[in-house]
Amino acid sequence: MTGERRRFLPQPTPETQPFWDGAKQGELRLQRCQECANVIFPPRSFCPRCTGRKLSWFRASGRGTVYSYVIHHRPVPGFTPPYSIAVVQLEEGPRMMTNIVNCPQTPEAIELDMPVEVVFTRISEELSLPLFQPVAARR
Amino acid sequence: MKPGSVAIVGAAETTELGEIPHMSQLELHCDAALNALADAGLQPSDIDGLATAGESPVAVAHLLGITPTYVDSTSVGGCSFMLHVRHAAAAICEELCTTVLVTHGESGRSQVGRAPFQGGGGLGAQFELPFGILGPPTLFTLPALRYMKTYGVTEEQLAMVAVVQREWAAKNPRASCRDPISVQDVLDSRMIAYPFRKLMCCLITDGGGALILTRAERVREFPRKPVYLLGSGESVESPMVSQMEDFTTSKAFRVSARMAFDEAGVEPSDVDHLMIYDAFAHLPLYGLEDLGFCGRGEAARFIWERHTAPSGKLPLNTNGGGLSYMHSGMYGMYALQESVRQLRGTAAAQVPEARISVAHGVGGMFASSGTIILGNEAP
Repeated sequence: MTGERRRFLPQPTPETQPFWDGAKQGELRLQRCQECANVIFPPRSFCPRCTGRKLSWFRASGRGTVYSYVIHHRPVPGFTPPYSIAVVQLEEGPRMMTNIVNCPQTPEAIELDMPVEVVFTRISEELSLPLFQPVAARR
Repeated sequence: MKPGSVAIVGAAETTELGEIPHMSQLELHCDAALNALADAGLQPSDIDGLATAGESPVAVAHLLGITPTYVDSTSVGGCSFMLHVRHAAAAICEELCTTVLVTHGESGRSQVGRAPFQGGGGLGAQFELPFGILGPPTLFTLPALRYMKTYGVTEEQLAMVAVVQREWAAKNPRASCRDPISVQDVLDSRMIAYPFRKLMCCLITDGGGALILTRAERVREFPRKPVYLLGSGESVESPMVSQMEDFTTSKAFRVSARMAFDEAGVEPSDVDHLMIYDAFAHLPLYGLEDLGFCGRGEAARFIWERHTAPSGKLPLNTNGGGLSYMHSGMYGMYALQESVRQLRGTAAAQVPEARISVAHGVGGMFASSGTIILGNEAP
């Protein structure tokens, strides 16, 4: 087999579809429990704290801080090494995996606890991924 | 389980370790099983319980000609064999069977007769894999920077974990990598996923191992020095490393280890020899702290000061570990084998008068854990 391997694409399930619909529209969506107000990610149909099944989707602020990361130096389809793989602490409580973009991919440029904000990148007709950039990158 | 009511009476690895392109994965299970049966002086017909991961226990039982009345296919990653030992002890005590064979075989390097990796389903496939993930080096390593920042651990200290384990491997003719390395060598090795260099990542090799457990009352029937199960524990946390509760400590480690120590009625200060599954250089740091051998943030300095090195007060990963001995993918079996060898007094780098050994395993990317405490005297 020759040619470039395609980048890995997520396959939404009924429970996660609203998250991916939001990402496509440039919104970072999380779930909140109607019973106990717990903020939930990754998406599911119930609250893991109180087992309540009434959840609502809301648009998150898109703000967070860098919790931890690695800078990967090997080739992966769709990525140009070196690139960061990070976990961001969202303002609303949950953490999510992402890439830190729009800054040098170096330990000096990516500091732990640095404020970051969501930006979306389109990876297919139907899918956009939430990535994060340093808040300073806007200016 | 009452401590010491079950014993390991047979233990062996595959005849070869390292690169074994002439054997399929299933045959590695069988080679290890035959060696363990010979070690115990048993035939397949003497086995009535079978536990394995990576291959179906049905396939292993059928090839070996075993008709079990107890089967365990618990598969939670590299520590599955710790869980198999724990479950086997419960099954033996409950008389579901009398003699359990636990097998592991993995063609991790040569990939002979191995089902291709499917990429995995579940939420990780949506919320982790799209971000440029390439296996454990990009996932298992993720918590490390948070740990290092929290406790002021340096890259040199992380490198030292690999240096000390290579010192142990140098004493072991079966270790894959035996040449001495320095902290600088580790830092100069190829960057894989910052802050992890190649020498901070485990090997990828072929091999296998097997254990045989039975009631302690029967130990005099077997030729080898018995090794008693004193305590065990297991737990799981999250299949996604990004959803781990705290990146500086493993909940599964803490829960599993606490159960094992409580059951055994021993404390870390009673332990003569320790194995902590080391797929990457940061794992012994988490293990030393989460099992209670070091206070929070003290493990890197503990290793730097050579307390886990040859002739140190807490011999750790004395086979060379996943970093230097071998790592087929599910390394837990090799940690158990080294604990058994140390307690039998047959290890290549033998710890003088080792009486109590702990083998602590991890599965997935901090997803699961199993802890086994063994002793060479009936309590």
